[in-house]
Amino acid sequence: MSEEGPRVLIVEDEPEVRRFLRTALDVQGFRVVEAETAKEGLAAATTYNPELILLDLGLPDGDGVDITRKVREWSRVPIIVISARGREDDKVGALDAGADDYLTKPFGVNELLARIRVALRHAVQSASPGGDPVLSVGTLRIDQARREVRVGEREVKLTPIEYRLLVLLARHAGKVLTHRQILREVWGPPYAGEVQYLRVFMAQLRRKVEAEPARPRLLLTEQGVGYRLRDG
Amino acid sequence: MDDERRPDPDVLLRKVQAEEARRTRARLRIYFGYSPGVGKTYTMLEVARLLRADGADVVVGCVETHGRPETAALLEGLEALPRRAVEHHGTLQQEFDLDAALARKPKVLLLDELAHANAAGSRHPKRWQDAIELLESGIDVWTTLNVQHVESLNDVVAQITFVRVRETVPDAVLDRADELELVDLPPDQLLARLGEGKVHLPEQARRAADNFFRRGNLLALRELALRRTAERVDVDVAAYRHQHEIRSTWAAGERILVCVGPSPTSASLLRGGRRMAAGLRAPWVAAYVEAPGAFALTGPDRDRLQANLRLAESLGGEVVRLTGASASGEILRYAREHNVTRIVVGKPTHRRWRDVLRGSFVSELVRGSGTIEVHFIAGDEGGAEDSPARRGTAARRVDWLGYGTAAAGVAAISGLGVGLRDVLSLPDVAVLFLLLIMVVAMRFGRWPALAASALSVAAYDFCFVPPFYTMSVHDARHFLTFAMMFAVGLVISALADRLRRQERAARAREARTAALHALSRELVGATDARQVARIAARQAGAALGGEAAVLLPDGPGGTAAGFVAEGTLRPGEDVLSVARWAFEHARPAGRGTDTLPASPAICFPLLSGTRTLGVLAVRSPAHPPDDPESRSHIDAFLRQTTLALERARFEEEAQAAALRARTEEMRSSLLSAVSHDLRTPLAAITGAATTLRDDPDRLGSRQRRELTETICGEAERMGRLIGNLLDMMRLESGRVSPRREWVPLEDVVGSALGRLESRLEGRDVRTDLPDDLPLVSIDPVLFEQLFVNLLENAARHTPREARIELLARVGDGRLEVEVADRGPGLPAGEEERVFEKFHRGPHAGAGGVGLGLPICRAIAEAHGGTIAAANREGGGASFRIVIPAGVGSAGGPDPGGLPDMLPEAKA
Repeated sequence: MSEEGPRVLIVEDEPEVRRFLRTALDVQGFRVVEAETAKEGLAAATTYNPELILLDLGLPDGDGVDITRKVREWSRVPIIVISARGREDDKVGALDAGADDYLTKPFGVNELLARIRVALRHAVQSASPGGDPVLSVGTLRIDQARREVRVGEREVKLTPIEYRLLVLLARHAGKVLTHRQILREVWGPPYAGEVQYLRVFMAQLRRKVEAEPARPRLLLTEQGVGYRLRDG
Repeated sequence: MDDERRPDPDVLLRKVQAEEARRTRARLRIYFGYSPGVGKTYTMLEVARLLRADGADVVVGCVETHGRPETAALLEGLEALPRRAVEHHGTLQQEFDLDAALARKPKVLLLDELAHANAAGSRHPKRWQDAIELLESGIDVWTTLNVQHVESLNDVVAQITFVRVRETVPDAVLDRADELELVDLPPDQLLARLGEGKVHLPEQARRAADNFFRRGNLLALRELALRRTAERVDVDVAAYRHQHEIRSTWAAGERILVCVGPSPTSASLLRGGRRMAAGLRAPWVAAYVEAPGAFALTGPDRDRLQANLRLAESLGGEVVRLTGASASGEILRYAREHNVTRIVVGKPTHRRWRDVLRGSFVSELVRGSGTIEVHFIAGDEGGAEDSPARRGTAARRVDWLGYGTAAAGVAAISGLGVGLRDVLSLPDVAVLFLLLIMVVAMRFGRWPALAASALSVAAYDFCFVPPFYTMSVHDARHFLTFAMMFAVGLVISALADRLRRQERAARAREARTAALHALSRELVGATDARQVARIAARQAGAALGGEAAVLLPDGPGGTAAGFVAEGTLRPGEDVLSVARWAFEHARPAGRGTDTLPASPAICFPLLSGTRTLGVLAVRSPAHPPDDPESRSHIDAFLRQTTLALERARFEEEAQAAALRARTEEMRSSLLSAVSHDLRTPLAAITGAATTLRDDPDRLGSRQRRELTETICGEAERMGRLIGNLLDMMRLESGRVSPRREWVPLEDVVGSALGRLESRLEGRDVRTDLPDDLPLVSIDPVLFEQLFVNLLENAARHTPREARIELLARVGDGRLEVEVADRGPGLPAGEEERVFEKFHRGPHAGAGGVGLGLPICRAIAEAHGGTIAAANREGGGASFRIVIPAGVGSAGGPDPGGLPDMLPEAKA
């Protein structure tokens, strides 16, 4: 519809799924380009310069994870994986390879649109580094200049690790970060496998930030994959 | 015999099978000569060269050139296997390498001197056994043999030449030969060659050579060789006739029975019988009559009998053991039943009076024989000579205690008799002496009893017969008393001795029976092959007095790529190689057998039909027993073990089959349930979607919304069903083992509630997790699924206002979780059924597929735990999961310390 809508590349071999995606995205004002195979997809990603890629994993001539890895070599374009593979290992594999999000088929259109919006916003934020020193997600406010964290009116005292953990998640609010990604960022690459550390610190952080730690509203667990800070 | 005159389906079948076997089996060709030097090796090599020139795969396994250049020249251009160096009494011998030949597997292998005895430590003691193994593995063997090495001609040759050859080849091997080629040279030419030094003779034979190479000898040997070959040709002709139904000249079926005993003369009897049988082209049987119990043979006699029976087997005869009190009666009964036409017995050599005392076997046999011919053959006197000597050396150790007791007893009775001469009459004293003789006989056996008899008579004479204290006797009647006393002593000692032996035999039998009984009792409880093996090995070790192991093949399809050993014996490579041979050839091997006799252990194959299930290996300090009773004991042992192994195998197979059947049943019930459960939502979706497509104009906006809601809702339900089915299948395939990790339970509960956020919207859900709940070792993904299913289940089956509670406790290394509600509860009796697949409760709302709770159970069980449903006091249902979770401290397995001390983030 609109000439100014964001450019979205759909890499998917099932025509039915492509049709439904195109319809839904068209209505929302996105400009859509389709690719059927991994080869076509890669070519389109370079020539068409999309602002977002919707990527199926099981393509006839290759695996979506490989495409993700190749695209990441030269581009930070948001990639949302849409796949019928629902196993946690598949999700972790795609996310670790550089995908921004992972949607298991079947999914509703509103779910997809929400993820697309999050991904596009992150792309804009990371394009302007430095940015706002104050991160604000729902009732959570993090003033990075003063190293101050508030939930509603209440100020929360955090240890350095807890603070870094929270800031990392807040900076990627709405996006799932895998255990490996978090551990690498917060503790450093040698600790990438120590999921237990992460679990224990997350439990501590929840007790400080959440009203009811057993029913978290902010710090959500994607079981077997990683963590996500609820976005709005 | 009848079965050979009338065409009988079995005979026809046998014939077909024999022909089949002849076509496929490897061929044995023997170059047969009457003396060294006739050119057997030479001829063999010449033919081999021709065959080689035609491109056949001919390999020289072992050929002695004896330094003759002509022979050596023939060897050139033929592939030869390297010899195996064996140290024997300090000298190095070059032996034929059987394993190399088996590995090389040529079409034809040349193996000189079939009668050769292998060096100690070889797999087989004799080269002909090597040849048999080669043939069995499908390699054609060409070999050479001299007539004096043929077992059945051994005696005859010895009579002619006065040289007894020790290295013999059983006639069965000769009969096995597919081709027998006579290599002949007139004796004059042979003598000429000998004179020219063209005949090689081994050093030890050179001394005998002058005797051996006399023209008369050579002529006789030549005749023997020609006759043996002719006999063989006869057999071939007969076989041909038989095969082609040429019957006219077929002799009426003869069958020969040779009576064998422990006597050394039986050996020549057997050879004679074999020659007669060969002449008549008749089958023959070597029969031995075992007297029941009391008359059982003693050590050396038994050994000789065994040797004779083995000889009979190696001569190609069938061995029959009969049992009965009357030897002649048993022989005749067997002969009649089996259509025997001739009986061969040895000429009696004992004194006549024995016949009078014991009854004559020979005369009874002759008198009862009726139409059966009875042949007498002289025993070989030379062979008989060594018998007394052997008996002497084998004499049992002197039982001094027995003789001492006899002497002391006689002295005591004499003293007593003298002291009480006034009270005791003479007959009383005599009876006392007899009593003593009996006691000694019972306790110490025959010889001490005889000594007691003699001493008693002497003492009786000396002390009690007037005149006292001299050996002289006045009254002649007393001589009669002496004689009677001695005779009674003899009889009593013989009877008592027999009793004693019977008792000992009974005790041994009892011990064997007890061992077998113990084995079978223990085997009843064994359920798998390994267990059977362990039990059998232990019992075998105990029964045979040594270490034992049962080796089971662990290769694919029961091949012996390797063995799993169970038992006290830890088999090293030496035992394993024997076991492998026994396994592959389905014959016993190792110590005391013909194969690898130098091995420390004996290995018995466990045979079930044509399959070998395993091998029993026994290493004992004693030589393995070879008497018939021990052998049948071992056989029974092996049979029982085999049966148990078979049973274990069947049981394993039956279990696998039952599992398959159960899986199959589950699959079909799953299929029917799934087809129903998938079609229902699909029907709703199809209906709603087609309505929207076909009648868009007639629908109001409310109806349109309802239809789209239906589509979305039903699609979601179908998605859930498929998800559940996939989960169930994954869990049931048994490949999902929980990936346990240390997790705060809070985390898992939280993520489950997060996933159900929309479904639990507005519901009163309370979680009660203790603040200090430690980390638990569970699979977080599976457990999240478990919580989701339980909470979903509770939400579905209870009214909106009913509260749902989730409680967790940790104690005693167990994790207990309870999901409870205040809904209507479970119908009575449904507590267990709710965990069945596709079972749906009466209050099930839309969207239930009857898989949620079965999945919960599968997850709990995958963690080694349990799940149970119950109704709560005060109404509602509760689901309680208990799993043995490794429970860490409240802080977890020490994650602290390290990470939080890291420097501040640079961000």
